Amino acid sequence: MSADNGWIEACDADEIEEEDVMRFDHGTQTYAIYRIDDEYYATDGLCTHEQVHLADGLVMDNIIECPKHNGRFDIRTGAAKGAPVCVNLKTYPVRVEDGKVLINIAG
Amino acid sequence: MSEPATLQAMVIVGAGEAGARAALTLREQGWTGPVTLIGDEAGLPYERPPLSKAVMVAEADPTAAPFILDETRLLDAEITHLAGCTVVSIDRARHCVTLGDGREVSYGKLLLATGATARQLALPGASPEDVLYLRKFSNALKMRSRLRPGARLVVIGGGFIGLEITASAVERKCSVTLVEMAPRLLMRGVPAPIAELVAKRHEAAGVDLRLGAGIDRIERNGAEHTVVLADGSRIVCDGIIAGVGAIPETTLARDAGLAIENGVRTDNRLRTSDPDIFAAGDCCSFPHPLYNDRLIRLEAWRNAQDQGALAARNMLGADLAYDTVPWFWSDQYDQTLQIAGLPDEGRTSVNRDLGDGAQLYFHLADDGRLMGASGVGPISKVAKNIRLAEMLIQRRSKPDAAALADASVGLKSLLKN
Repeated sequence: MSADNGWIEACDADEIEEEDVMRFDHGTQTYAIYRIDDEYYATDGLCTHEQVHLADGLVMDNIIECPKHNGRFDIRTGAAKGAPVCVNLKTYPVRVEDGKVLINIAG
Repeated sequence: MSEPATLQAMVIVGAGEAGARAALTLREQGWTGPVTLIGDEAGLPYERPPLSKAVMVAEADPTAAPFILDETRLLDAEITHLAGCTVVSIDRARHCVTLGDGREVSYGKLLLATGATARQLALPGASPEDVLYLRKFSNALKMRSRLRPGARLVVIGGGFIGLEITASAVERKCSVTLVEMAPRLLMRGVPAPIAELVAKRHEAAGVDLRLGAGIDRIERNGAEHTVVLADGSRIVCDGIIAGVGAIPETTLARDAGLAIENGVRTDNRLRTSDPDIFAAGDCCSFPHPLYNDRLIRLEAWRNAQDQGALAARNMLGADLAYDTVPWFWSDQYDQTLQIAGLPDEGRTSVNRDLGDGAQLYFHLADDGRLMGASGVGPISKVAKNIRLAEMLIQRRSKPDAAALADASVGLKSLLKN
């Protein structure tokens, strides 16, 4: 997995089912990679409320829900959608090349 | 503007999850008048779920549980937080509450979010020095100090609190005997097959489960205690912890003449028998529209949060019914247990094997309606499915039983039917 201006390969595009999410760990970081209407998105992998993996939660209507406390975020923008979460999720640029999902973790 | 400003004040008694959430919601809804949040504990409002888990197993003594609201948020939201204050009475005619120090606080609308207290064992030898209970952060710190590696503990009560403390104690390398009077764990609200899986997980962790075991008395011998069971067997230990249920805190409401029925009785708007007084959270007994207006009371984090938020909106005149599907979770070891709806409303159960040791049960009424769902296993398997089941329950769905049993049929597809 080589870094190129911050772009790293996360997974195969078809590894993630439609309207679903997958966990991706890189170094000490964990990310969540989403597929919605064949578009791919990436955010930080842990809920901003407590340290819970968002990839264990449900994706529906562009929203990821924390599996434990139902904190909700807009997958496309990272925006927190109300209590108990009030801190937005960091999002990352994504592109698909040769069937691979790449995310940019620079900056 | 004929009413004096104090009559329009929003006052909340109880600064736990429901109370704190209500205070925040009042502001989020644009209320600009006074908000007073009164709590009997010193310090900032904090989250209780970590008390039996993260607080117990942390490497070093935690200085506080995670705050729901910190100083900045209280200040920004202009919430007057009266910490360490007890409320001794409500004067409904004068619309004010009296604090322990004699001060009076006037209200336009009042929310009772007084929570519940741990039920105490009524047994010879079970004094508060001999048996620990968990409800507050201070209780959790004291309990923590007993969970030394190698300590022999007896946990009385096979409900959620007892089981979570047991799992935490095992993680701290204690040796635990769990004594439950009922013939199985989690008798209240959890279906038998799920309770059976939970029991197996505890046994695999080395917990000595004594089910169907009554307790005769507790004896103290110096630093040791002996728990004497009804059958005469004796369990010698270094500490005793009890989780034998909670009693809704209704004293204030009762003294004020409000209707009480297994809690502070409300309508589905969370209004008590006084239209200016609402109740939310563990103390609140309410009719649930999804279950033929069955009167229920829930001791659950999310219920406290959702009811606090809804009560706040109704205090501002929204007139919304509370019809959220009951939901709660419990973490023990590497497993999570989640329940949506009311499993005991079902007459038949359908099992779905999620793999990796995760099992899901759907609880169906005679007419096929999904009334509840329960699951146990790794959170990655359980959480999504229970969330989808919750949505099916909310829609009063009658999903095909064969589809529910078939793990290759996504629950999401049933929702979109």
